[in-house]
Amino acid sequence: MIEIKNLTVDLGTFSLQDINLKIEPGEYFIVLGPTGSGKTILLESIAGLYPIKSGEIWLNGTEVTKVEPEKRGIGFVYQDYALFPHLSVKGNILFGLKQMKRPKEELLSTVDWIAGLLGVSHLLERKPETLSGGERQKVALARALSISPQVLLLDEPLSALDPQAREDVQHELRQIHRRLETTIIHVTHDFEEAIALGDRIAVLGEGHILQIGTPEQIFRQPSSEFVARFAMARNIFSGEVRDAEEGDSIFSIGDLELAVVTELRGKLHASLRPEDILISKEAVISSARNSLRGTITRIDNRGSTLYLTVSTPLDFVCLVTRRSFEELGLKAGEEVYITFKASAIHIF
Amino acid sequence: MRNMLRWVAARRLTITFFLLGLVILLFIFVPLLKMVFSSDPGILWDTLGEGEVRSAIWLTLYAALIATVVGLLLGVPLAYFLARHRFRGKRFVETLIDIPIVVPHSAAGIALLFVFGQNFFVGKAFNSVGIDFVSAVPGIVIAMLFVSVPFLINSAKNGFEKVDVRLEKVARTLGASPWQAFFRVSLPLAWRSIFSGSVMMWARGISEFGAVLILAYHPMVAPVMVYERFEEYGLDYARPVAVILILVCIVLFIALRSLAYRGERA
Repeated sequence: MIEIKNLTVDLGTFSLQDINLKIEPGEYFIVLGPTGSGKTILLESIAGLYPIKSGEIWLNGTEVTKVEPEKRGIGFVYQDYALFPHLSVKGNILFGLKQMKRPKEELLSTVDWIAGLLGVSHLLERKPETLSGGERQKVALARALSISPQVLLLDEPLSALDPQAREDVQHELRQIHRRLETTIIHVTHDFEEAIALGDRIAVLGEGHILQIGTPEQIFRQPSSEFVARFAMARNIFSGEVRDAEEGDSIFSIGDLELAVVTELRGKLHASLRPEDILISKEAVISSARNSLRGTITRIDNRGSTLYLTVSTPLDFVCLVTRRSFEELGLKAGEEVYITFKASAIHIF
Repeated sequence: MRNMLRWVAARRLTITFFLLGLVILLFIFVPLLKMVFSSDPGILWDTLGEGEVRSAIWLTLYAALIATVVGLLLGVPLAYFLARHRFRGKRFVETLIDIPIVVPHSAAGIALLFVFGQNFFVGKAFNSVGIDFVSAVPGIVIAMLFVSVPFLINSAKNGFEKVDVRLEKVARTLGASPWQAFFRVSLPLAWRSIFSGSVMMWARGISEFGAVLILAYHPMVAPVMVYERFEEYGLDYARPVAVILILVCIVLFIALRSLAYRGERA
C-alpha cells in the first residue's frame, strides 16, 4: 500500500499542493490530468527523484519520504522508455538485478522469466535502437519489474506509441497487473486509457487532486467542470462485444446494437469521436455503417463548428461544420439520422 | 553546353564555397606535405638515430599523456558537474575554462611559474614533497595541462549534456547509488566525447611550446628542440626534427581519431 500525505511540490511556475492519495495493495491507480499538470513530477516525487517541499510518502507502513530512490524499491517507466542505449535488452533488464547480490544463474533465470512474461525473449540480444516503440516499452516494463518493485510507476506509458502498439502494450499492462498483482500508479492525459485500465482514477488539475473515484464515478458524476471536460471529450459507452454473423462484431449497449470492427470480446468500452458522425435528414443506406434515428437535444455553438447532442435516446455528441449545419437547416428538437462507420468506433 | 551552364548556375553557392574551402585546405596541407616530401629520408633516419631527438619526442609524448590523465581525473568531474547543475556564475566558470585557449602561452607559462615556482606557497608545498616544476618534467606536465585541459573539459561536458538525465533517474530506481549511476550509465554514454576530448588534449599538449619553454627549457621537449636547433644552427638543421615531430603527430592523431570514430559507429 502507498500513502501520500499533504504532498507539496514546487514546480517553478506553479506547484502541486496538498496531494493526498491512498492506494491499496494491488490496485491499478490512474492519475489523469492534462499535459503540463505536473503528473511526471508527482511520480518522480513519489520515487524520490524530485525534491518535495513538504508532505510524507508511506510505503507499506514505512515512511520513505527521506529514503534514497535506490532504496525505495519503486519501479519507474517513462513515456519514451529511457532504455540504456549502450546496453542490450538483456543488459537493460539485468541492470537492476546486478545491484542485488545474488548468484549469476539466478539473475539470468529471472531475466528469462520476466522476458517471457512480457514476450520479449526473442529480443534479448538486440540493442534498444533496433526495437519498435511497443517493444521498447515492453522492455522498459520488464526492466522495472525485474527488481520486484513494491509499486510500479508508469509515466504516460502508452502516449508515444502508435495505435496498434498501444493496444498491445495496454493488454500487456492488464496482464501484468492481473498476474503479478503489482500496485500500479499510471499517469495519463488520455481518458480512454484511464477508463480501460484504472481501478480508480484521480483527476489532477491546477495543482490539486480534483476528484478521486472509479472510472464510472468520474465519467457519470464529474465533480467539477474541469473533470467533466475531460470526461465529455468524446462519446464513451460501456457495453459488451460479441460475435455477429459472418465474422463481424456487435457492440451492445442495452438494447442498442452497433456494428464494430474488433478482435476483442467481452465487457468493454467503446468510443466514437464527434467528427466521425455524419448527420442527415434522411436515412443513409449502407451495409458497413451504423445508422440511428434520434432527436437533437442540445446545440453547442463553437463558431465555425457546432457540437450537437443527438438523443437516440442514448446521447451521441456530433460535430458539424457551420456550413452543413446551415445547409441542413438543423435546429433543436428536430429528428435526424446519425451515421458512422463500424471502424470509427474504438473498442477498449 | 547549355545544360552544363544551367548545372553550374543552379549550384553557384556550392561551387563558390567549394573553391573557397579548397584554398584553406591547401593552405593547411601544402606546407606540411612540402616539408615532409622535400626531406631527405637518409637525413631523417640519421636524425631519428640521435638519442637526444628520440628522448625529446618520447618526453613530449609521455608528458602530454600524464597531463591528459590528470585532466581526466580532475576535468571530467568538473565537466559532469557543469553539465548537470545550473547555478549563478556558471557562465563565468565556463568562460574561465576557455581562458587558457585565448591567452598567449608564453604569458601562461609566466603565470604558472609564479604559482609553482619557489616563491609561492604552492610551489613550496610541492617542493617539500620532492616535486619541482622549474626545469623538470612536472613543469612540462603542468604547462601542457594548463593550455590543453579546456579541450577535454568542453568535450566531456558536451558528452554529459547529451546523456538524458532520466536515464540516471531510472538507474537510481533500479537500485543504483549516484556513484553507480554515474559509472554504469553516464560515463559509458559520454565516453566517446571524453575520449575524443582526451585525444584533442593530448595532441594539444604535444604541440605546446610557449608555456613549456618558460617553465622547463630542459629537459627538452621536441617543439623546444625544433626551436633551439633553428635558432642556433638554422633551417636545414631544424627541419628533420620538425618533420619527424609532424609525422609522429599525424600518425597518432589519425590512429586515435579513427579509433574514436569506430566507437561512434559501434
